[in-house]
Amino acid sequence: MAQRGAPVGLVESGKVPKPLSWLLNYSRKYSLWVYQWGLACCAIEMGAAFGSPRYDVMRLGVIPLPASARQADLVVVSGTVTDKMAPPIRRLWEQMPDPKYVISMGSCANCGGPYWDSYSVTKGIDQIIPVDVYVPGCPPRPEALLEGIVLLQQRIQHEDMADRWRGEPLVVGGGPIS
Amino acid sequence: MTITQHQQQAYIAGQAAEARLRFELETEGMTLNIGPQHPATHGTLRIVVRLDGEQVVWADPVCGYMHRGYEKLCEVRKYQQVTTLINRIDWLGHFANEVPFILAVEQLYDVEAPPRAQWIRTIFFEMARMANLGLFLGDMGVQLGAITPVFFAFRDREHVLNLMEAATGGRFHPNYDRVGGLKEDLPKGWVDECKEVMKRQREFCDEMEELLVGNEIFQTRTRGIGVIPQQIGLDYGLSGANIRASGVDWDLRRDRPTPLAWKEADWKVWTHPDGDSFARYWVRLQEVRESTKIVDQLLEGLPSGPVMAKMPARLRVPKGEAWVNTENPLGEMGYYVVSDGGPSGPFRCKIRSASFNNISIVPWLLRGVYVPDVITILASLYFILGDIDR
Repeated sequence: MAQRGAPVGLVESGKVPKPLSWLLNYSRKYSLWVYQWGLACCAIEMGAAFGSPRYDVMRLGVIPLPASARQADLVVVSGTVTDKMAPPIRRLWEQMPDPKYVISMGSCANCGGPYWDSYSVTKGIDQIIPVDVYVPGCPPRPEALLEGIVLLQQRIQHEDMADRWRGEPLVVGGGPIS
Repeated sequence: MTITQHQQQAYIAGQAAEARLRFELETEGMTLNIGPQHPATHGTLRIVVRLDGEQVVWADPVCGYMHRGYEKLCEVRKYQQVTTLINRIDWLGHFANEVPFILAVEQLYDVEAPPRAQWIRTIFFEMARMANLGLFLGDMGVQLGAITPVFFAFRDREHVLNLMEAATGGRFHPNYDRVGGLKEDLPKGWVDECKEVMKRQREFCDEMEELLVGNEIFQTRTRGIGVIPQQIGLDYGLSGANIRASGVDWDLRRDRPTPLAWKEADWKVWTHPDGDSFARYWVRLQEVRESTKIVDQLLEGLPSGPVMAKMPARLRVPKGEAWVNTENPLGEMGYYVVSDGGPSGPFRCKIRSASFNNISIVPWLLRGVYVPDVITILASLYFILGDIDR
């Protein structure tokens, strides 16, 4: 699933000094603009995580209000992806500027979930787009999504800009990465 | 009176000027695509709107983006497994989806759940209504540009979900109903906690009334917008609050004989004569209030006893068919279950969900309205995508 985005200049040369890359990553991880691609039940839990005073995602430095996918760094695909919905998701991902991240929220987006034998459901969005963090659950609690975002931030912090596409996908609950 | 040459020339010049003006001002039609992913569509409904300037000429809802093949999946699941699936049809009214199916299977099996189970079912049914319509009450504000109400809605919804989680183990999809009763009894101290939460829900309704219903901008944006006349609404098969807002006094909780405990409580079916977006909001607001009243009264007189009838370990439903419909948060929901007497699940399970019929009025309703009102009308019709496509 390794895939390169559009060239961004500095990154391709692979000569980013360490303090600079640390600073770059540090600033990137606390200014994630997340596009909400809410599809099914998980969209409501995502709304609870992003829009409710109890969970309040903005304290993690995540801003859930971009008007378009073209302004977003991160997309949370939450809910059942059907075969009719798969092409728009691919198009959404292609519209996002690099560097971009994908969180797959819920069993349906991960692998089909309770619709594993349905004729119209795509069994996992990783067939269409590369996924950075999988959040399991049906639907996952808002806390699980928040943990997924924290794991993604850790990943961004330790990221080598030159080969950021070579990493393995994360699983929430799979232990910290450092 | 004779027409002078001068008058004739002036007339021709006037006609020509008018024709030129008409030609210059003539706008080209535009096709606007709302969705498939749009905040106002509560999921993945796509609406193709043909515009003339600011006005909608015709609108065409394209559904199927959330079709998961429920009716076919129900045929390959066992009866106990189907409840897990159908929880997710209308994901905001989770528990309310299970009840009609379980009632239909109980009717086939000829077993009745004990009274305590029926009362707890009714309580949870109404709590699902609160969780569902409570979010609508806040979300309607978002569609009009007021962000604050949705924070209140999410805040107070959490209390209801906590109660659900305490009793069922599922925060969102309880999967609490069983053929012949319930999974387990209520935990200790749940009843007192529930009364507290009902009080908070009533406060939330008062807050919404102050924030939105009395708000002048809200009233201007919703009063007289998207009017559904009574007969048209009935012709399109609307149900639930959408038809009650058009003045039809029709509620299956009251009108249909059911083993559930609504008849034990004293409550009222609210209607509104106007049929516009405001009426639909207002009726749902009153419905949440009535739900809290129903729950309060049922908690007072909750009968004791078992919550599960005597059932065999292996459910073998006899041959037959049953149709049960109830008044779900979104409207009438019904299951037509056919059993072939085999050891596996239903032979056929036809699901009648409210939203599919409710959005069938969209092409008629959106004709001639202005673009900003499209969002208001869609929000006030209140559909859940899983309920449309199944």
